[in-house]
Amino acid sequence: MKQAFANNVYDCIILELKITDTKQKTGRIMNHKYDVIVIGAGVVGAAVARSLSRYKLRVAVVEKEADVSFGTSKANSGIIHAGFHDEPGSLKAKLAVAANREFDRLCEELEFPFERRGELMLAFTEEDVRILQFYFAWGKKNNVPYMELIGRERTLEMEPNINPDVMGALYAPTAGIICPYEYCFALMGNALENGVELFLNEKVIWLGKKENGEFEIDTENGLKLNSTYVVNAAGLYADDIAGYLGITDFKILPRKGEEYLLDRRVGNLVRSVIFPVPTKTSKGMLVIPTVDGPVMVGPTALDIEAKDDYATTRDGLKNVFMHAQKMVPSIRSSDIITSFVGIRPVATGNDFIVGATKVKGFINAAGIQSPGLTASPAIAEMVSSVLLKEGLRMEVKPEFNPHKRMSFTRVRHLLEERNFGKFREIIAGNKNYSKLVCRCENVTEAEIIGAIHRGHTTLDGIKFATRAGTGRCQGGFCTSRVMEIIHRETGMPIEQISKKGKGSEIFPIPLRKGVSRG
Amino acid sequence: MKQELICINCPMGCNMEVEYDEKNIISVKGNTCKNGVKYAEKEVFNPERIVTTTVSISGASVPLLPVKTLGGIPKELCKKVVEAASAIQVCAPVRVGDIIIKNILDTGINLVASRSLDKA
Amino acid sequence: MDKTVEALVIGSGPAGMAAALALKENGINEILIVEREDAPGGILLQCIHNGFGLHRFNEELTGPEYAERYINLVKDKKIEILSGTCALDIVDDGDSKKAILLSEEKGLLEVSAKVVILAMGCRERNRGNIAIPGTRPAGIMTAGLAQKMVNKSGYIPGREIVILGSGDIGLIMARRLTLEGARVKAVVEIQSYPGGLNRNIVQCLNDFHIPLYLSHTITKISGDRRISSVEIAPLGESREPQNEKSFTLACDTLLLSVGLIPENELSLKAGVILDKVTGGPVVDSNLMTSVPGIFACGNVLQVHDLVDWVSEESAYCGKAAASYVRNGLLKGREIPVKPGNMVRYTLPAKVIAGTEAVISLRPMAPAQNMSIIAKAGEKILYKKKEKKIFPSIMLRFPVKDMPEDAGCIEVFFSAEDKK
Repeated sequence: MKQAFANNVYDCIILELKITDTKQKTGRIMNHKYDVIVIGAGVVGAAVARSLSRYKLRVAVVEKEADVSFGTSKANSGIIHAGFHDEPGSLKAKLAVAANREFDRLCEELEFPFERRGELMLAFTEEDVRILQFYFAWGKKNNVPYMELIGRERTLEMEPNINPDVMGALYAPTAGIICPYEYCFALMGNALENGVELFLNEKVIWLGKKENGEFEIDTENGLKLNSTYVVNAAGLYADDIAGYLGITDFKILPRKGEEYLLDRRVGNLVRSVIFPVPTKTSKGMLVIPTVDGPVMVGPTALDIEAKDDYATTRDGLKNVFMHAQKMVPSIRSSDIITSFVGIRPVATGNDFIVGATKVKGFINAAGIQSPGLTASPAIAEMVSSVLLKEGLRMEVKPEFNPHKRMSFTRVRHLLEERNFGKFREIIAGNKNYSKLVCRCENVTEAEIIGAIHRGHTTLDGIKFATRAGTGRCQGGFCTSRVMEIIHRETGMPIEQISKKGKGSEIFPIPLRKGVSRG
Repeated sequence: MKQELICINCPMGCNMEVEYDEKNIISVKGNTCKNGVKYAEKEVFNPERIVTTTVSISGASVPLLPVKTLGGIPKELCKKVVEAASAIQVCAPVRVGDIIIKNILDTGINLVASRSLDKA
Repeated sequence: MDKTVEALVIGSGPAGMAAALALKENGINEILIVEREDAPGGILLQCIHNGFGLHRFNEELTGPEYAERYINLVKDKKIEILSGTCALDIVDDGDSKKAILLSEEKGLLEVSAKVVILAMGCRERNRGNIAIPGTRPAGIMTAGLAQKMVNKSGYIPGREIVILGSGDIGLIMARRLTLEGARVKAVVEIQSYPGGLNRNIVQCLNDFHIPLYLSHTITKISGDRRISSVEIAPLGESREPQNEKSFTLACDTLLLSVGLIPENELSLKAGVILDKVTGGPVVDSNLMTSVPGIFACGNVLQVHDLVDWVSEESAYCGKAAASYVRNGLLKGREIPVKPGNMVRYTLPAKVIAGTEAVISLRPMAPAQNMSIIAKAGEKILYKKKEKKIFPSIMLRFPVKDMPEDAGCIEVFFSAEDKK
């Protein structure tokens, strides 16, 4: 991401894009006034930002984390749902089904990995079969296209690795899989290319409305921003943000989900997303093919107290594998290569909260739990139309370009295809493609530099943008090399390079005089 | 007096039982080779360790030069050796075996380079 | 084809260099070593501690010194090393092998070789592989990554350290970080015995009063941005953690020293079959893999505890590979080698009748007063008493003169008579 470097003094990024010069160290009073400020750079904030970048508006996004998608958005199942899971008439159902159709176009414009693989909800008992029929009816009411109830044989034909005890399935071919953070990066990247400004590492600690009707935002680092409109896309903290304005009609309840990623060598156990019949609190624990290849299993669904309880648990692991093995018996917990926790922001009332509030100009996009990733483009459109209704002048910007401009070749794909001719060509164009940094996932220095120049300066950010460090050695070999490249490209001292922002430095202590480079 | 020791001379790591008085070793049991006896004598009366660490180097392709004490130094001085090494900086080129700090901490032992580094 | 050689060696660590030297000594002149890093030497360059070379050079060297001796030999013999180069793929090409290399300087290269020696070494197991419950903060890394950054770049990860696993790298790093001013609060080992060598327990832990918790494991990792504490629990008889007896240690760093895995991604691409126990290629007594013309030695074949044995094994491999280049495939009846009582694995998988072989093995668990025996039918090929055996210490011995009709060679431990 191109970011406005509000919080640091690294004179690093070669900017083709306009960024806000905020390097004044003293006071950090910014007299920047925006038409709209979006709080939160998760999938909702990114989609809203991109949507608003179509108009002649000054838009800024403020994010507390070091990179886009670093909250709930990066840690989810990466599914674009067909839309039969949600109760007819709910905002969730309406927006998810509408948004599902948008993904082919979005994928074409923004070049993020997306594949329509279909969803299968499996039945193992007579009772399950009745539940399938129930969801089939919901799907019909929600206008989910091409759904089918299929029998045992066809189910097994489609997915030979699932448990042969299966009795049948609800099949929805329009469901897809996506890389959630690449999707967020693509949305925000395009928003920035179209003039939106992004402030990372800026946690909002105050939001008020001045006498002239303008909003005023203070961040922890002393940044002050003003705007006429505010979109609350603050995820788990959306209730806190609304609370600053005295809006207390909803709470965000954190619901934790543990996911486990299996080694690539396990192979493509499933082609479609495999669901059990749902539980009260979630869609159940799934077996999920990912666009990158490895199979993922999860998530659990546990209501928790703390919004920052990102700990996986022994029970969670057992639970996930017990359920996953029931559907795909060959899944083994010994094949785990990594695990993570995502926390769903569940709003009181359980549905999405998208719309105007009692405070004029303050728009909520809150409680965006599953199917929020799916619904994100429709949520963004809905926010736009609410802003219009609230009086925002939205004049289409003729120079808006919906297509991703900065892209780079993924060497991994060329190597998988053994396309050495093309590989030679790109090396001839940029020698950094001949420097392999991550050998598990075949990521070259050119790709790392590309990610850094798009504003990803943490190890996690680079990992999500390039896959460096996601393979079986989990960064054992490439971490030090990636740190060297960040240091070289940004001038950031090695001891300040972090996993995911301030406080998470990897090697914070230089040992010898003359060693510290910065 | 009796003491149980594990010999650190080689990977076998023999468990030894050493009997000694104020000045001399009386017996060593459990060792496989004669190095065990030598080790026991040292370890009981005057334990020594080889210290390996790094010093900062300028002008080479890497920032650090690995070094070692060319012989055992009293165990309690190990940390002091590392501190002494961390306070200095050398310039490339360096050959393996070059003396980096002579008679470190008055032990009579030299700290030497354990890698050759050319001028970059 | 960009280059044609007789032998291509992948990796210039101790294994690759010893194999290349043996190739040269046995009459192979066109040799290319490819090295991914900027300079030859492999992992030895970050192992600045002493303890290397007692067998090979009869003196105690540090890792960089051991590497430098081999680097000088390789230079003297004018063997070409292509640094900054990764091997991406190896495919069959008639009687030869074709390797696709990616060189930082020269770009994509195709190299044809009659024989390829795999010497890529191993990598460390990481946290994901062992799935410790908890958060995913900064400050958790393998001991080898910490070793590289401390010894080669001059940065330490933290001041309050807990180490999971008592493998040698973890023990060595406990001492190294202590000497650099950090406090190592515990080494936690899931087994009832240490993973590393006894001498390292003494000089790396006991010398500094670092507690070693055997039969314990880490049951939880806490901390938001950076690790703040770990929960440690003893294991019960069923080897399950006893959470009611757990305790918490505050720390800012957790190092993992939970084992090494041969790095065989390239081998798999080349079609080489791997052994489930060692993680390395299945080889015959010439250390040739299941793909004729591809050999393997050093830690990519089996994880060694001493570099001296890596050099010895690799020299043996180089010699056998030279013979393959000159005389082609060695013909003869293959006698399988099988691990028996108390033996975790044996290597090679098979011996060609009428030839000599070196068998390496690791015991299943520590034991005392055992005999290691290699038997072909009724004939005892080798027998030696071992006062103590440890899984951390690999045993190696030669066998020859096996009966022509032997069905298999069984290698096992037998308890000594207490006479």
